[in-house]
Amino acid sequence: MTVSIQLEVNGKPVQAAVEPRRLLVHFLREDLGLTGANIGCETSLCGACTVLLDGDAVKSCTMLAAQADGASVTTIEGLAQNGELHPLQEGFWEKHGLQCGYCTPGMILSANYLLAQNPSPNDEEIREGLKGNICRCTGYHNIVEAVKYAAERMS
Amino acid sequence: MAGVLGTSIKRREDPALITGRGKYTDDLKVEGMAHAAIVRSPYAHARIRGIDASAAEALPGVLAVLTARDVAAAGIPGVVPVGWLLPDLKTPAHPMIAADTVRHVGDAVAVVVAEDRYLARDAADRVAVDYEPLDAVADVVAALEDGAPAVHEEAPGNVAFDWEIGERESVDAAFASAAHTVELDLRNNRLIPHAIEPRAVLASYDSSTGEMTIHMTSQNPHVHRLLMTLASLGMPEHKVRIVAPEVGGGFGSKIHHYADEAIVGLCSMKLDRPVKWTATRTETNLTDAHGRDHSTHCALALDADGRITGLRVDTAAAMGAYLSTFAPAVPTYLYGTLMSGQYDIPAIHCHVTGVFTHTTPVDAYRGAGRPEATYVVERLMHLAGDATGLGPVEVRRRNFVPPDAFPYQTQVALAYDSGNYGPAMDRALEMIGYDDLKSEQASRRDNGGKQIGIGFSSYIEACGLAPSAVVGSLGAQAGQWESADVRVHPTASVTVYTGSSSHGQGHETTFSQIVADRLGIDPEAVEVIHGDTDLVQFGMGTYGSRSAAVGGSAIARSVDKIIEKGKKIAAHLLEASAEDLEYEDGSFRVAGSPDRSLALGDVALQAYLAHNYPDDLEPGLSATSFYDPANFTYPFGTHVCVVEVDTETGSIELLRYAAVDDVGNVINPMIVDGQLHGGLAQGIGQALWENAVYDESGQLVSGSLMDYAVPKIHNLIPFELDRTTTPCPHNPLGVKGVGEAGAIASPAAVVNAVVDALAPFGISHIDMPLTPEKVWRAVNS
Ligand code: FES
Ligand code: FES
Repeated sequence: MTVSIQLEVNGKPVQAAVEPRRLLVHFLREDLGLTGANIGCETSLCGACTVLLDGDAVKSCTMLAAQADGASVTTIEGLAQNGELHPLQEGFWEKHGLQCGYCTPGMILSANYLLAQNPSPNDEEIREGLKGNICRCTGYHNIVEAVKYAAERMS
Repeated sequence: MAGVLGTSIKRREDPALITGRGKYTDDLKVEGMAHAAIVRSPYAHARIRGIDASAAEALPGVLAVLTARDVAAAGIPGVVPVGWLLPDLKTPAHPMIAADTVRHVGDAVAVVVAEDRYLARDAADRVAVDYEPLDAVADVVAALEDGAPAVHEEAPGNVAFDWEIGERESVDAAFASAAHTVELDLRNNRLIPHAIEPRAVLASYDSSTGEMTIHMTSQNPHVHRLLMTLASLGMPEHKVRIVAPEVGGGFGSKIHHYADEAIVGLCSMKLDRPVKWTATRTETNLTDAHGRDHSTHCALALDADGRITGLRVDTAAAMGAYLSTFAPAVPTYLYGTLMSGQYDIPAIHCHVTGVFTHTTPVDAYRGAGRPEATYVVERLMHLAGDATGLGPVEVRRRNFVPPDAFPYQTQVALAYDSGNYGPAMDRALEMIGYDDLKSEQASRRDNGGKQIGIGFSSYIEACGLAPSAVVGSLGAQAGQWESADVRVHPTASVTVYTGSSSHGQGHETTFSQIVADRLGIDPEAVEVIHGDTDLVQFGMGTYGSRSAAVGGSAIARSVDKIIEKGKKIAAHLLEASAEDLEYEDGSFRVAGSPDRSLALGDVALQAYLAHNYPDDLEPGLSATSFYDPANFTYPFGTHVCVVEVDTETGSIELLRYAAVDDVGNVINPMIVDGQLHGGLAQGIGQALWENAVYDESGQLVSGSLMDYAVPKIHNLIPFELDRTTTPCPHNPLGVKGVGEAGAIASPAAVVNAVVDALAPFGISHIDMPLTPEKVWRAVNS
């Protein structure tokens, strides 16, 4: 049995028939080939799978593809515009906010949501805003720097 | 290019990773790919009475269910080997798939292959295994007790090995005449590595060629190929290609050869089609080799002046249910040999018992033995500061190996090549503002309320296990050199093939800097290839903070060979003698005649044309090196942690963390700092939150991120870093290694800080992790 869904992914309309139990993250990664969102756990804790759903940061492992029917999804692949890196992408590069990069798409999209809510967060607000995303490599020090860099660039 | 070494060049790895284009193993999709799901034991110890796979096989889309029987029928070796042998080491077989007995929760008993990932999982749940549960023992101390359930018949008393280093008699004598002694019983808590990318493999066998390509989460593809073909699948080594695509962190967990990757290889061979398996977090936590898990009694003897006269250490180290790849080396040659720390200690004895338990195997995890050793030494030094009245700073200073004593032969085999420990301590004190903190602490002690504590850790590290002949004599079943093939193309751009294999460390950037600096060219003109056994000559991979010191040195050697050869070609072209040629800033020049010179590109082109060429020289401009270091490198440093402890609730707040590290010459400071940050987070995590907890029946009760507390961003603080620089004297780059320093130093610094805060309560030790409950209980007992 499948359900049919219609949504927008990175600005493009998508139609698909999916198993009702199919997770949004598997739909994005395996059906659409958007492998930027990663999977690091099955308990909704690591945040590696974070995408934007109608502008909100959501853990795409914790949602069914069917629930995204009618929504607009942005993945890391859709963040750069016209070949220009998003300031957050630049910030992570500039400030060495990533090592293995596995957490990075989720981290950047969570930070994107954070900056949408609070365009000039202080260190503590950045740390509070990103606590749903685990990074095992960086010790977070440079992630904070990366987000500050982006906030400055965007203001 | 001048100034390229020691510069924070942005990483060339990043553009792919920040745009989602980087391909990790699970991102790969190939034609005809099927999916595997592994059926695992829910018991820590049980006999398998039977397996009924019919319900799984009946599901449409299920392609195969394999068990130990199929491994036997395939006529392959079918085991997971251990790669480091100690005298009298018990090496019970570790079958790829358990045949009649399971020995830890997560032990593989069957594998299901299906057309789809979800279907494979459904089918795995339908495999009915009839278990007869047996008594299990998960605790390292309990496993040594009389009558403890046996993990392996071949290992009476659950003892895998009994190992010692140093001289017991001289240590006994030191204690007999000591003015001060301190002692401690401690646990070094078991950790789960938690690379955020779970382990994964995509094996593609093709019966028409007899070849198999395996993409997998690997820190060392050649080592994986060797172990996979030799011990597990019985395939010819040259018929298997292992590729490590982007790898999402490892910290040791992706060094080891595991059953699961071999099982997936077997599935692909049986089905003659590509098969992918990606561990869930729970699976990866049940099967990635864990770290630490020691129970230790240790004691330090000092004379009336506070000089150390003897150190005694007795450790029971868990091996888990089977011996993982390098497991026996970790609590022995990477632990006992580090017991001298930064100190001149005249007598040391360290005894280690390796213990089988019904748990996930234990092996190298970031630091591997060295954090455990540092924890022992630095906890004792903290106590010694109290016992002698000298305090934590002076007792350390008084015992530092003095700068003029290098090379310094320790009592536990290692010979430190270089060091200068005082300045790192000085700088750390200055950064942290020690005197002000001491007065703040004194006033809080007088006034009550939240207490602050200051903890030190002056650590030594040994990076880049070496040389091969020595590690071989100690039981390694592998060499510890590294390889580099450097090829200068006719247009003077360069490709480097390195046996190191990056999984987040930024080798491509760093190694291009090494070549650019030595060859005097733009780093952009250098490509770095790694992680593919078909492209790269045999290499040992990335672990033990070895990549810069060993892998980087191999590259430097190859570049030097290229320059030597280039000089001969240039000399021929310039009609000069090769001895008169110099190489600088990308040009070969005749010494003393600056106008007689040729650019690297001119020489490279001529090397490939070979039209006007020296008779005795082969064409081409490339060089391969297998660099076998003369010794380990010995990074060191002093870390200081400041905490605030709420004695009412037991909660701990990190206030400051300052680290002064000496990792030798630095190639890319930004990357070096990043390595330290990551190591610090893991070490602080061990001290405060992380713990792999098994219950008495051998269930891993902290097996998910719900209950295993990997540090999150709001738990940590900004780190304050600085460096001293004492170059390594025996490698061409003067570099030492930095990947593990943070994880080695920080647990002791944090625990010393908390214990310091609680000194007014008469508390001298709390075992890690220092949860609020443990702190509260200590304060209230
Ligand atoms: S994969 Fe871990 S939160 Fe989604
Ligand atoms: S960069 Fe590796 S997990 Fe964040």
